[in-house]
Amino acid sequence: MNALSGYNFAYLDEQTKRMIRRAILKAVAIPGHQVPFGSREMPLPYGWGTGGIQVTAAVLGPSDVLKVIDQGADDTTNAVSIRRFFGRTAGVRTTTATAEATLIQTRHRIPETALREDQIIVYQVPQPEPLSKLEPSRAETRRMHGLAEYGLMHVKLYEDITRFGHVSISYDYPVLVNSRYLMAPSPIPAFDNPKMHMMPALQLFGAGREKRIYAVPPYTAVKSLDFDDHPFRTTRAPHACGLCGATDSYLDEVVTDDRGGRLFVCSDTDHCETRRAAGHVGAEAPTADELAAE
Amino acid sequence: MTNETLLSARGLSLSFGAIPALVDVDADLWPGEVLAVVGESGSGKSTLLNVLSGRLRQQDGVVWYRDPEGRLHDVHAMPQPALRALHRSDWGFVHQNPRENLRMSVSAGGNVGERLMAQGSRHYGNIREAAIDWLRQVEIDADRVDDLPRTFSGGMLQRLQIARTLVTHPRLVFMDEPTGGLDVSVQARLLDLIRSLVRRLDIAVVLVTHDLSVARLLAHRIMVMQRGRVVESGLTDQVLDDPHHAYTQLLVSSVLQA
Amino acid sequence: MLQTRNLGKQFVLHLQGGLRIPVLEHVDLEVHAGSCVVLVGPSGAGKSTLLRSLYGNYRADGGQILVRHDGETVDIATAPPRTVVQVRARTLGYVSQFLRVVPRVPALDIVAEAARGLSPEAARARAAELLLRLNIPPRLHALPPATFSGGEQQRINLARGFIGGHPILLLDEPTASLDNANRDIVIAMIREAKAAGTAIVGIVHDTAVRDAVADRLYHVSPLQDAA
Ligand SMILES: [Zn+2]
Repeated sequence: MNALSGYNFAYLDEQTKRMIRRAILKAVAIPGHQVPFGSREMPLPYGWGTGGIQVTAAVLGPSDVLKVIDQGADDTTNAVSIRRFFGRTAGVRTTTATAEATLIQTRHRIPETALREDQIIVYQVPQPEPLSKLEPSRAETRRMHGLAEYGLMHVKLYEDITRFGHVSISYDYPVLVNSRYLMAPSPIPAFDNPKMHMMPALQLFGAGREKRIYAVPPYTAVKSLDFDDHPFRTTRAPHACGLCGATDSYLDEVVTDDRGGRLFVCSDTDHCETRRAAGHVGAEAPTADELAAE
Repeated sequence: MTNETLLSARGLSLSFGAIPALVDVDADLWPGEVLAVVGESGSGKSTLLNVLSGRLRQQDGVVWYRDPEGRLHDVHAMPQPALRALHRSDWGFVHQNPRENLRMSVSAGGNVGERLMAQGSRHYGNIREAAIDWLRQVEIDADRVDDLPRTFSGGMLQRLQIARTLVTHPRLVFMDEPTGGLDVSVQARLLDLIRSLVRRLDIAVVLVTHDLSVARLLAHRIMVMQRGRVVESGLTDQVLDDPHHAYTQLLVSSVLQA
Repeated sequence: MLQTRNLGKQFVLHLQGGLRIPVLEHVDLEVHAGSCVVLVGPSGAGKSTLLRSLYGNYRADGGQILVRHDGETVDIATAPPRTVVQVRARTLGYVSQFLRVVPRVPALDIVAEAARGLSPEAARARAAELLLRLNIPPRLHALPPATFSGGEQQRINLARGFIGGHPILLLDEPTASLDNANRDIVIAMIREAKAAGTAIVGIVHDTAVRDAVADRLYHVSPLQDAA
C-alpha cells in the first residue's frame, strides 16, 4: 500500500499498538469496564477524537475499509481529516457507505443501517465516566463500579423526573452493560441507545484525554437506565426527513436561509443518500431542475 | 427480649502514634437499645464509633455484628461490598454535620430516596411516596420534597439526614454528636424527635456525645471514656446520678456548674 | 416482693480528695405485696438514698436488693443494667419528687408512654383518665409540662407512676406540693394500689398521708460521718 514513508502503519508504532490491543482485549473480556491505557500524543488536538483514533489505529488492518462519521455526517472537517489521516498513514480504503465499511469510527452517532458481525464500530469518547458529574472523586467512582453501586445514577434520573417530568438526558444516556457495569455510551443521542443492545458488531470506545478504553462485545445486553413507572423512551423530532421522507431516522434541524427557514433531515448522511438513491423522496427534496440550476 | 447482642466489641485497642485512642474497650449493644458514649474531645469516643461501625480498623480486638438472620459477622473481616451494603441497609450513620452525608444539590426527596434506589428500588412513584412519608416523620412539610437542602435550616438538615438514614429501616444507627452545632431550642426539638423515632421503630443506637443531658434524655446505658479507656459504664441514670469514677464525677459536676 | 439484706451505700467524692460518706449500713427491709412501708428518719438520714438504691438509681456497695420479677428473684444490687431496665419496665415503678421535663412532649404522652401492655390508644385514654382524676384539666393534656406549676408537675409525675400498675411502687414525697383535695386523691390511689396487691415503699413527710397509707414504718438513722 502507498503509506507515507517515515510513518509506521497507521501512524502508531507496533509496541504502542500492542499495548492498546491488550487494553482492548481486557475491555472486551469485561464488557463496559473502563480499562486504563497509555494514551499517546497524536498529531491532532484532544477533542478531535484522539482516543478513537488510537483504538482505530490499533485494530486497523491493510484490508479494512474505513468509514468515519461526525454527528452522522461523513463530510465534516473532523471526519474528513481523520479519514485522510488513515488514508495516508495506513493506505487503507475509505468509504462513506455504512454497508461497505469494516471499521467505522464515529463521533456522536450510530449509523441507522444495522451493523453486522464483520464490522467494528469505534466511538470517540470525551468523558468515559458516567458518574463523573455526580461524584467528583475518581477513587470513589472506581469503588462504585467495583461494587456495582449505582444508586447515585438513579438519583440523577429521579431528580430529572422530579424537575422535568421525564429524564432530561438526551445525549450520553447511561446504560448498564451485561447487567453489570454502568457505562457512558459517549455523546450519541439517547435515540441511538437501543442500537447498542445485542449489536452483532464489536463496539469499542476510546477516551484519549481520560486514557480509558472500554468495549461492548457482539450480542451483549445494553440497558438504558430507567424506572418501572418511567420507562426509557427514545425521542426524535416529530417530522419526516425533508430529503428522503424517512420517519424512523434521527433528524438534524438545518437552517436553510436567513429568514428562519428550517429543514429536518437525516443526521446520517449515508442513510439519507442511500434512501434517495433508492427512490425515496421527502417533501422538501430539490427537484431535478433545482439541482441542475445549482 | 432477646439475649443476643446486635453488636459486641471485645478488647478494642488503637493508638495513633504514641497517643492511645482506644485501650482494651469492650462494648455490647442489644436490639432496640440506646448506648451513649460520653467524654471530652480526645477521649476516644469518636474513634470508638468509627471502629464499631467498621469505618476505622482497630489494632487489637474484634467487633461482632449479628445480622437479621442471626449470623455473626466480624465487622472488620467483612468484604468491602458486604460492609458497604450493610451501611446502606441494616445500619445507618448520622453525622454531626448533615452536609457530610446529604447531597446538597439533590432534592430532599432524592436524598431520602437514595438508599432505596441503592437497594434496587426502581419505581419512581413508590420512592417518592416513601420520601414524603419520611419527611413527614421527621416533621418536614411534604411540599418541601422537591426543594434543595441548601434552602433548609440547620435543624431541618439534620432531620433530613435522619430521614435519609432511616428510610431503609436500619436496626442499628451510629450517631456522632447529632445535636452538636444547633441552637438550644432546635436541639430540644431534634432530641425529642430522635427519642420518639428510636422508641417507635425500636432502633438500636450508639450515640457519641459530649453533652450529658443528651445522653440522659436518649440513652438507656452510658459508657464514660477518658484517654481511650472506658472508666465507667452502666445505666444512664445510675452513672449520672451516682458517678463512681473521679472523671465521671468531674464531668457531672461541670455540667451542674454550667 | 421486695427485700434488702445487709444493704450498704457510701459515696466517695473524688473531687474532695476521696472523701467517703457512708449513708446506709446493714439495711434489712422487707415489703410484701399489698402493703406500704414508709421510710422515716431525720432529714439527711438517707431515706432518699435508700429509695434511690432500691430503684437502682444509686448503686449499692454491699448487700442485696431482692425483687420478685417475672416469677424470679433479681438482685438489683448486682443485676446487669439491662436486667434493671427490664425490672423497671415491668416490676418496679418510681415516682420521683420532681418531674424530669422532657422537652416538647405533651403531658398526656408523657403519662401514656409509661403505660404497660396497652395499645397506644388505650394508653392515651387511660392517661387522660388518670390526669382528670388528678385534676389536670383537659386543656393542659396537650401541653408540655415545662411551664406547669410544681403541683401540676407532681401530679403528672404521679399519673406517670401509677399508669404502669407495677407490682412494686417507690414513692418519693408524692404529696409534697399538693393541696388537700389532691392529697386525698393520691391517698385514695395509693390505697387502691395496695388493694390490688402493689407493694409500696415511700418517703412521706406529711403525717396525715403517712397515717392514711402506711402499714409499717421503717426507721433510717443517720450514720456517723467517717473520713
Ligand atoms: Zn433522509
